[in-house]
Amino acid sequence: MNISQPAPLSLARRWTILQLETKTELVKTFRTPAFVIPALLFPVMFYVFFGLLFNAIGGHPGNAAKYMMATYAVFGGIGPALFSFGADVASDKDKGILSLKLVSPMPVSSYFAARIFTAMLFALIIIMSLFTLGAVFGEVTMTHQQWFLTLVTVLSGTLPFCAMGLFIGLSVSAKAAPAIVNIVYLPMAFLSGLWVPIHLFPASLEMLANVFPAYHLAQLTLAIQGNDSGAPWYLHVAALVAYTLIFLGLSVKQFKRVDNRH
Amino acid sequence: MQAHQDLLVNVSHLTKKFGQQMALDDISLSIRANEVVALLGENGAGKTTTISHLLGQLEADSGSVRLLGHPAGHWAAKQQMGVMLQGAALPDNVTVIEQLRLFASYYPDSQSLEQVLNTALLTDLTQRKIQTLSGGQKQRLLFAMAIIGTPRLVILDEPTVGLDATARREFWACIRALAAQGTAVLLTTHYLEEADALADSIVVLAKGRVVAEGIPAQIKAQLGGKRVCFRSTATPTDLKTVLPHCSASRRGDYLEFYTTTPEAHLKQLFAANLVIQDLTVSGISLEDAFLQLTQQAGVVSPFPLQQEKTA
Repeated sequence: MNISQPAPLSLARRWTILQLETKTELVKTFRTPAFVIPALLFPVMFYVFFGLLFNAIGGHPGNAAKYMMATYAVFGGIGPALFSFGADVASDKDKGILSLKLVSPMPVSSYFAARIFTAMLFALIIIMSLFTLGAVFGEVTMTHQQWFLTLVTVLSGTLPFCAMGLFIGLSVSAKAAPAIVNIVYLPMAFLSGLWVPIHLFPASLEMLANVFPAYHLAQLTLAIQGNDSGAPWYLHVAALVAYTLIFLGLSVKQFKRVDNRH
Repeated sequence: MQAHQDLLVNVSHLTKKFGQQMALDDISLSIRANEVVALLGENGAGKTTTISHLLGQLEADSGSVRLLGHPAGHWAAKQQMGVMLQGAALPDNVTVIEQLRLFASYYPDSQSLEQVLNTALLTDLTQRKIQTLSGGQKQRLLFAMAIIGTPRLVILDEPTVGLDATARREFWACIRALAAQGTAVLLTTHYLEEADALADSIVVLAKGRVVAEGIPAQIKAQLGGKRVCFRSTATPTDLKTVLPHCSASRRGDYLEFYTTTPEAHLKQLFAANLVIQDLTVSGISLEDAFLQLTQQAGVVSPFPLQQEKTA
């Protein structure tokens, strides 16, 4: 019999676990075309319709295409975060996959980190597709720094939505989760001005948008190109951090209540 | 008695209440290296609740649980054990080998994939996606995931529930192969046959209490008894004088008692010249045997005796 002394996981091993966990998540996701195709296609398609075609017809390409490239990047980026955490965690929880991982020596952080990476990789693909479309067909011009900042802002801005998704995933059943995520995702996207510019909304709706984290992320991204509504950037950052912390706190509470006995 | 450090699992006086209901009542249990222990009981007897305490999923109201020298749920214990949870499912769209590689990465000293596939009879299925596996194959994959970390102890919660006879036998072969390698196994089951076929010792749980424990032969003798029932004007006390080791009870016009040696007892009964009519000797189900043990153990049954007929 092989008797080895137990040892805490080394950093190298944690990294290996995280890589394998992420790879498995990606493989699982990409083998589900019913998820991948709509998730990638919707933001791109909407952007082509509203950001590129409409503007080209109206005869003023450039600024509107740039504005909408930012808001559709936000729309495309937060979707995978909400679904990867909301729907997939709910399914892992209901099937007992999460319980099995929790009683194994896997560090629980790798499970969540792998999901964050998966969601961000998806967001990256969507953002890069929108950038390409915008630059090639929408005559979008920005400085290198603006392009880079837009990318980093949207990518890191997916974190509050990972936390939101996590709370949903831990709270509701696997069957209900995709519907709940959509109920949160789509109205929030519209009311935060991700589809139609927020300044076209009535003043009361524009005020209401302040309660949505997606609005703050959109404003932050628009500020990079000088198209925001004017509130200082740090207020948006503060709102996003607050949302992240609130949903993480709620998730921790919910996590303890998950019935592990499957 | 072996040295204390040979105890891989040491549960002492474990008690747990869910609300008003006593889920576990003073459970003590120990498993040594190389030992296969079966936790036998009906649904709701407390098997899974006991396992949940061993895994650190539930906290005991009182009593202590130690595994491999650590408290339940400690990472060092987790590294040295493997687990199959009751009714756990597997993710779709992942192949057998991918899932095994992932779980192998969790352990500092994992076995070779080849060896695990061999033990779990999965060698021909490595490239199959999980959703295309049969129920028995899925259970064997979960089993492979439990043993991949070269564990000293493997906990299997109802591993053969829902499997047909062939798949069950295949699974038994896997457990035997594991035990032959020297790994200690704790498995729960509600089949006496299964516990008998696999275990070195059996612990019988009923209503959250240990009602019997011993080697399979002893447990089989205790659980494999007969019910003797006949119409008589005699009282249970009369019967007690004839058969001092049997406790009889009255059901309407009938007297009945439970015995593991019906031939000898009937002989004594006939010799005593009691009025005996409409005599039946019947084998009892595991469920009744549990009840019998429960009553012997002095646990008050929540159901009045008269209603047992409907059980």
